[in-house]
Amino acid sequence: MVETDKDPAEKKNRFQNNYILQAWLCIFLALIFGISLAAVQAALGPVIIENKLNETKEKVPELLLGTEAAEKMVAANQAFKITPRSIVVEKNGIQKFYSVFEARFEDGRLGGWVTKVDGQGYADKIELLLALDPAIETITGLFILDQKETPGLGNKIIETKWRGQFAGKSTGDQLKVVKGGAKAANEIDAVTGATISSDSVVSIINKTITDLRQPLMDAGRTKKE
Amino acid sequence: MADQPTPLERFIRGILPENPVYRQLLGMCPTLAVTNSMKAAITMAVAVAFVLLCANTVTSLIRNLLKPHLRIVVFTLTIATFVTIADRLLAAYMYQMSKTLGPYIPLIIVNCLIICRCEVCASKQPVFTAISDAAGQSLGYGLALASVAGVREILGTGMFFGFRVLPTAWPDWAVMVLPPGAFITLGLLLGAVNWYSGRGAK
Repeated sequence: MVETDKDPAEKKNRFQNNYILQAWLCIFLALIFGISLAAVQAALGPVIIENKLNETKEKVPELLLGTEAAEKMVAANQAFKITPRSIVVEKNGIQKFYSVFEARFEDGRLGGWVTKVDGQGYADKIELLLALDPAIETITGLFILDQKETPGLGNKIIETKWRGQFAGKSTGDQLKVVKGGAKAANEIDAVTGATISSDSVVSIINKTITDLRQPLMDAGRTKKE
Repeated sequence: MADQPTPLERFIRGILPENPVYRQLLGMCPTLAVTNSMKAAITMAVAVAFVLLCANTVTSLIRNLLKPHLRIVVFTLTIATFVTIADRLLAAYMYQMSKTLGPYIPLIIVNCLIICRCEVCASKQPVFTAISDAAGQSLGYGLALASVAGVREILGTGMFFGFRVLPTAWPDWAVMVLPPGAFITLGLLLGAVNWYSGRGAK
């Protein structure tokens, strides 16, 4: 009479073979773990962001003035006054936000600009600091904040030797990556075996300078008045 | 559950008889990659110990609920969670070290040592045994990393934990802190450990 209770064995079998039911532990654990990870991120996220910000601020004098002058400045017990600003650039109808640090000497003179930008690298996002002189004419320094490039090849972009090439480059020309021996003023030597990583850094820099030159010049001028 | 090793046996086995690096050859990626300084090696060992301890405890607690064909998924889920927590903790409280170790902290997820312990011990034995197994294996792993890192840092930079131990006249063997140094050191130490444990067998 009651059709559903006809074959309890088969019913039990079907119940046991249900994928979702079999995986209840996985689903339950995934939920629990997901919630606890969210809690960890909520608790530690701000601390991590602050660590990054402090690192950025610490790097500013060295990036703008070079190591020697930066050490002299610390020895003289002076420091830059650093004001974080956000600059909006509108391109093709899309708004892009740049995080820029304005560095001023203690007497109020503009020391330069440091901007934090990121872009796609070979493996993951590359996050870097680009330092420009007050007139936006030359690059004064480059620092890689975060990268996950191939260890031993692409991650050489963090080394002082490679980063050093950028200091003193004019912002007038687009930078170009070359393999083995940069000759022209706007050429950058690629890291051996990591042309894509090198290209990524250079294209991030080129794009940033194109976008920011005018806004930063304006910002520097209005502040002076 | 007959003939399963006792907690004490598990602990002792992890240190030398079943040392993760020298006897099981597991977790080689960090052993080679982050052993160019003692500080990095010890941080890595502590991170692995944390993940192994947590993963073993959780796995052991749920061992009776595990389905044989879904166990690896559960292990990976557990390990990935604790690795992410370790990674965030390092980034929050040891920022420079977390940058030095870079991708190798997230890569603990694929460290076979941990999934091996979940499979071999934690999914079959009670919590206390699983914890002492994790402690023994972590200690063994830490000692192995420290032995490779010690040799590499001393010969490569003349320093130990950042303090100078060899006279400044020592010509730093730069190769020791570079990747080839890791292979050379590990190979020689592995040979030495094998020779030492093989002696008694004759």
